[in-house]
Amino acid sequence: MSMRTPLKNVRGLGSAKEGTSHWWYQRVTALALIPLFIIALAYVISLVGADYAQVRYVLSLPFTSLILLLLIGATFYHLRLGLQVVIEDYFHTEGVKMGLQLFNTFFCTIVGLASALAVLKLAFGG
Amino acid sequence: MAGGTLLLAWWLIAAASGPDAYETVNAFLSSWFGRLVLFGFTWSLFYHLCNGIRHLFWDAGRGFELPTMRMSGMLAIVMSVVLTLLTWAIAYGMGG
Repeated sequence: MSMRTPLKNVRGLGSAKEGTSHWWYQRVTALALIPLFIIALAYVISLVGADYAQVRYVLSLPFTSLILLLLIGATFYHLRLGLQVVIEDYFHTEGVKMGLQLFNTFFCTIVGLASALAVLKLAFGG
Repeated sequence: MAGGTLLLAWWLIAAASGPDAYETVNAFLSSWFGRLVLFGFTWSLFYHLCNGIRHLFWDAGRGFELPTMRMSGMLAIVMSVVLTLLTWAIAYGMGG
């Protein structure tokens, strides 16, 4: 006999109260990253051996900024979700686990935002 | 993967900071050690990409038969090597 109420079953949120959203967003960002990664890699290859002025010029083009901002958003969100699972699976001391989870969130937010700021500065020529 | 994203962040921030900062990053990435790190990052990215696509197929409920799984696992490894070497061949062809 199940101890779950019908309402609990239909909501399907589980013990973390998030339901399947972690799993789902990991897949959504994964799918988004396939084309974004390929385009970004093409940019990197096209800039091999380029001088500073050329790099600045390519990084100031609107399409480049769009791709880079999307790439940064999806990458750091995907990274945070992925590292979260690694920490959950391999660290069993509650304090250490909590500390690493906080560090993960702060690290991804700060490095992601700093990268996005750099892209905006390059876009608007500051 | 996390370390590689730091490289991307460092490169973008340096490019936004000015020629001197950019030159520092460029010197590191062009050195033999920088190239080794970049090569490793390229390979891990491609392997992550190939195996990630494999996982997306599994999420769609496909490819769970054991022979298929073994084949797709080998394919992910082989493709990651091929794509990495191809990328570096093109990059060196560009005059890197």
